[in-house]
Amino acid sequence: MTLPRHAWRGGVRVPRHKNLSNTEPSRAPPLPARLIYPLRSHIGTAARPVVGPGDRVLKGQCLAEPDSYVSQALHAATSGTVRDILDYPVAPGDVMTASIVIEVDGEDRGIDPWPSLPADADGDAIQRRLTEAGVIGMGGAGFPSHVKVREGLTRTVRTLIINGVECEPYITCDDRLMREHAAEIVAGARWLKRAVNAGECFIAVEEDMPEALAALQAHPAEGVTIGTVPAIYPAGGEKQLIKLLTGREVPSKGLPIQAGVLMHNVATARAVYAAVVEGRPLTSRYVTVTGGMTRPGNWRALIGTPVSHLLQEGGWRGGDQRVIMGGPMMGMALCSLEVPVTKVTNCLLVQEAAPAFLAAMPCIRCGECLRVCPVQLNARALYEYSKAGDLDAAQDLNLFDCIECGACAYVCPSHIPLVGYFRAAKAAIAAAERRQRAAAENRGRYERHQRRQAADQAGSATASPLPAAAGEDREALRAEIAAAVERVRARRAASEPPDGERGGPA
Amino acid sequence: MLPWLLLAILGLAAGLAVTRPARGGRDDAALAEKTERIDALLPQTQCGLCGYHGCRPYAEAVARGEAAIDRCPPGGAATVAALADLLGVEPLPAPVSPPARVAVIDERLCIGCTLCLDACPVDAIVGAPRLMHTVIAALCTGCGLCLPPCPVDCIQLRPVPAARGAG
Ligand code: SF4
Ligand code: SF4
Ligand code: SF4
Ligand code: SF4
Ligand code: SF4
Repeated sequence: MTLPRHAWRGGVRVPRHKNLSNTEPSRAPPLPARLIYPLRSHIGTAARPVVGPGDRVLKGQCLAEPDSYVSQALHAATSGTVRDILDYPVAPGDVMTASIVIEVDGEDRGIDPWPSLPADADGDAIQRRLTEAGVIGMGGAGFPSHVKVREGLTRTVRTLIINGVECEPYITCDDRLMREHAAEIVAGARWLKRAVNAGECFIAVEEDMPEALAALQAHPAEGVTIGTVPAIYPAGGEKQLIKLLTGREVPSKGLPIQAGVLMHNVATARAVYAAVVEGRPLTSRYVTVTGGMTRPGNWRALIGTPVSHLLQEGGWRGGDQRVIMGGPMMGMALCSLEVPVTKVTNCLLVQEAAPAFLAAMPCIRCGECLRVCPVQLNARALYEYSKAGDLDAAQDLNLFDCIECGACAYVCPSHIPLVGYFRAAKAAIAAAERRQRAAAENRGRYERHQRRQAADQAGSATASPLPAAAGEDREALRAEIAAAVERVRARRAASEPPDGERGGPA
Repeated sequence: MLPWLLLAILGLAAGLAVTRPARGGRDDAALAEKTERIDALLPQTQCGLCGYHGCRPYAEAVARGEAAIDRCPPGGAATVAALADLLGVEPLPAPVSPPARVAVIDERLCIGCTLCLDACPVDAIVGAPRLMHTVIAALCTGCGLCLPPCPVDCIQLRPVPAARGAG
């Protein structure tokens, strides 16, 4: 059986560099000295730590629990000691994020796995297990998988798509995973299909991944169709693949479920299998480490491993090359190599020589960017508006529908880094919205403050927490404060001055 | 073609509506509305750096044409641009925004006098009489108004750690 193919506009054929990393079996790197777990490396609210500094932890032990419905659990990937919970840079952008840091003890002792779920477990039980095991989408944004399953429990899922369309030129982690763990992926897909009661299930790979296709097809399963899609970038994008396989469109700003679709990445499907059948939480993943190094390939990396550890194992000599997290099309250059591998880290790419950064030339209005945009955006106009800072106009042209695939920048003959402008414009809009929200909240608290003070002055005893309003004797209070000030002065004189200089308003 | 024409006519009508001079009691209403719209563009830090006692008084002054649009340092270029846009005037060079800072109370020294509670315009401090006070960093705008009243000088302004907002 082959997969259906519907018309799909846009996209671009890019040269592939997959055989750099996909010819050798995956390898396990030696244990790193420490592991770093950002409490927030996914969509949703930060996880809540359940361990503290000094605690001994075992492999598979829970480190942090989901703090809300849209959040994730984190688990130790090996045994060790919690050194601290502190702000640590996390990619992209080296955003300082509270993180649990574990000193690895090298013994790799683990806890017993959970019992497998019974074969007739219902959607609720599967959803609970996925929450407990910290399974999140491993293909991109890191959306908690149990939330998607919940969507599927409450709404009709016509099509479940397991996405193995690894369309970024250098990345091969899903390719290797499919070749090495095809049976688990297919089984995971069947569990997901059962959980959400999906009408049909497709597992899709790219046309030029014959080995992965063969590996999957060696495990035929009822109700699961395995097949290929054309190797046109970005066919693996969520909305693009849905259009390609079902002909249905996900509305602007909408979710796949609105088109009757749930999509999970192949690595997620395997993590589902591991959680449900093997009773293991998600603590490792395949990461492609490729580009300018002596031993490019795929690593079975523990979540939390510092990026520098994998680069070293890959034989990177270091130097002034750029390290990109993600692929060359959608990835972002890293500033710090100490950032950890998270559940969504698929690739580290060391760009061979210094990339041929060609100076951007003026736009010649050739329209190439419009032709390749998979979301049919007017990339040229978006670029003009983003550059000019006309963010309203950019939003009117559906800036937020841009999936940052980079196809437009790739084909631009003037070498304009269009996506860079789009990312900056989105960030500027988000910042403006944050400022707006903060101002509204400030105003609310300010008005309450004013009302309270007015009530105080009117002598009302109810409105204020202040002692003067509680009917106390002002003179006695003043004396009490003076005495306290004296005590502090004496204490200050006795000990060394408190750290830091006292700042004042500029 | 047609929708554009329609929009143009609507725009013209709207333009006439706002430029028509208001008379009598409608003056006050118009002024109040203008003040409201200006206030909505201010950061609501209530820091007083504009020389007025808070954002609304400054908004009133701008609405009456008594204050220039470049007086609000926390708002910076974004506020100047938004005000220029709203009022249909040329943007002025933006004032220098103060560095992002946050107040920190040295809790070992705080005597619990509650004077800073009163001073903080945006209720970013929590505490109770004779008990330790502390600043809720996420709510603090770094205006520094809580510093002068503290009798034991135990409040400092510190630089905001990088990318705090992202967490
Ligand atoms: S980066 Fe955005 S604008 Fe450019 S092709 Fe991709 S979706 Fe279209
Ligand atoms: S591809 Fe580049 S040069 Fe051509 S229209 Fe788009 S932005 Fe302009
Ligand atoms: S300077 Fe700006 S933020 Fe501060 S009180 Fe004046 S208007 Fe408000
Ligand atoms: S705590 Fe101090 S610096 Fe912070 S907002 Fe309140 S008064 Fe201003
Ligand atoms: S003014 Fe100073 S001493 Fe008084 S409650 Fe505030 S921080 Fe504490």
